[in-house]
Amino acid sequence: MSEIVATDALPKPKRDIAPLLLPLVLALLMIPLVGSPSSWVTLTVASLAMGMMIFIMASGLTLVFGLMDVLNFGHGAFIAVGAYVATLVLLPLASWAQADSLLINLAVLVPAALLSMGVTGALGLVVERVLVLPVYGQHLKQILMTTGGLIVAEQTLYALFGPQIIPMPLPAALRGSFILGDVAISKYRLLALLIGLVIFVAIELVLNRTKIGLLIRAGVENREMVEALGYRIRRLFLGVFMTGSALAGLGGVMWGLYREQVHASIGDELTVLVFIVVIIGGLGSITGCFIGAILVAMVANYGGFLVPKLALVSNILLMVAVLMWRPRGLYAVTSR
Amino acid sequence: MSALLKLTGVETYIGRYHILQGVDFEVPEGQTTMLLGRNGAGKTTTLRTIMGLWEAKSGSISLAGEPIEKLSTPDIAQRGVGYVPESMAVFSDLTVKENLVLAARNGPLDDAQLAWIFGFFPALKKFWLSRAGSLSGGQKQMLSIARAIVEPRKLLLIDEPTKGLAPAIVMSLIECLKEIKRRGATILLVEQNFHAARELGDQVLVMDNGTIVHRGEMAALAADVPLQERLLGLSLEAHQ
Repeated sequence: MSEIVATDALPKPKRDIAPLLLPLVLALLMIPLVGSPSSWVTLTVASLAMGMMIFIMASGLTLVFGLMDVLNFGHGAFIAVGAYVATLVLLPLASWAQADSLLINLAVLVPAALLSMGVTGALGLVVERVLVLPVYGQHLKQILMTTGGLIVAEQTLYALFGPQIIPMPLPAALRGSFILGDVAISKYRLLALLIGLVIFVAIELVLNRTKIGLLIRAGVENREMVEALGYRIRRLFLGVFMTGSALAGLGGVMWGLYREQVHASIGDELTVLVFIVVIIGGLGSITGCFIGAILVAMVANYGGFLVPKLALVSNILLMVAVLMWRPRGLYAVTSR
Repeated sequence: MSALLKLTGVETYIGRYHILQGVDFEVPEGQTTMLLGRNGAGKTTTLRTIMGLWEAKSGSISLAGEPIEKLSTPDIAQRGVGYVPESMAVFSDLTVKENLVLAARNGPLDDAQLAWIFGFFPALKKFWLSRAGSLSGGQKQMLSIARAIVEPRKLLLIDEPTKGLAPAIVMSLIECLKEIKRRGATILLVEQNFHAARELGDQVLVMDNGTIVHRGEMAALAADVPLQERLLGLSLEAHQ
């Protein structure tokens, strides 16, 4: 097709940048409150890294929520399974993980992450076919089925791996920090930040530059019409569900390494957090999810530093504040 | 003229409501068949049932001799059925271009086909890279129809394309549909606008209470005011 020149396009809708500025404004507001510049930098980098890990876990959920209208309360199961599967590679090959060479560390870390994504993606296929497919369009049953799935997954992990906390030490090359003057920036946090940004850009490129992305965006808005154009949206649903599950698995690996431990209720704990991020961001919005994840992490880190007791309720307060400002989330994509 | 689309005893339920109660009709190939009737008669349900969006509980639907009543909506669309819903259903977050790229299922957009579409819908070229959500109601309808004809289709199902549009836009839509018709398309068109119905229709079907109560030539119905009043409750002139 030759390039069409739109000579007299409609005025472009005003770009809504207020939510994009929120993390920046929040970070700047914290400078005088935190006091020490080095503490502020450390907290900000920690927030961004934590935000990226939460984003990776939540991005799949927001697409599943927005495109498929599925309330997947079992999303946390993929996070936990992902983290446990990584231990199956990292613990037997602990000597590689603890070697001083970054290449040898990566030689065990990358396969562990890929295996986790593969297993959780495949688990996503089974969950979508067995638990979700029979209850499309029935929210109450979706909640019951997926919550049940989460409980079964958690108890299976207890049965297979035992109730004890499993240590998941960081590979040697990712330990420690880069020191810049008074500021210490953790190597692992920088890596998490980089991976999160790469995944965000990749998802945005797929959604905005490919036909699959067009179909997903169109499907979020009107599934029926996408089918009437001749596309099998169920297959697209399955693909998105599997991708979301695989991303949750990757998020689980990264969170496990961040905390340097894994336990069966890790998914249960993080489910609430990822739901808060998805709701704050706006159902189905990847950009909203990205901003929401950073905001949640910032409030947790700055709040925990300034008023430790506030950390217990900071996420809920943030969600209330955002929903009072924008009742459908930062970037509403669907009308649900 | 052979029938491209044939419905026999089609019954459709929406929840516990029995909407289509044995619908039988044929749509001849290469002709425009108007589907008329009062509000709630079952016209939209008929189109949605043909498209597979609602399930036909009984009866049969065939397209070019092939049964399609058990097929999924994508399968029916892939057999060459284009659908323009009453709500238009353009993807408002996507640009005009992206809407048409999605509709061109079989490959890249065809330049000649686009030039033909731009011929009677110049606004679509003008707003090519604008979000569909920012278009006016008439422009959205143009995009919705363009999406259905961006690739050759065997059959077009169009639901009240002139509803709520300004008279000037209605005229250009009628000209567009005439042009589509001249190209040999087979159209099943739900329409309440008498002028549009008279201009476009070869055949006419009238529905009431979920069944077809009249079938014949459009010209004959247009000329018979008492028949119009009996079938539709008022004359077609009053429907404008």
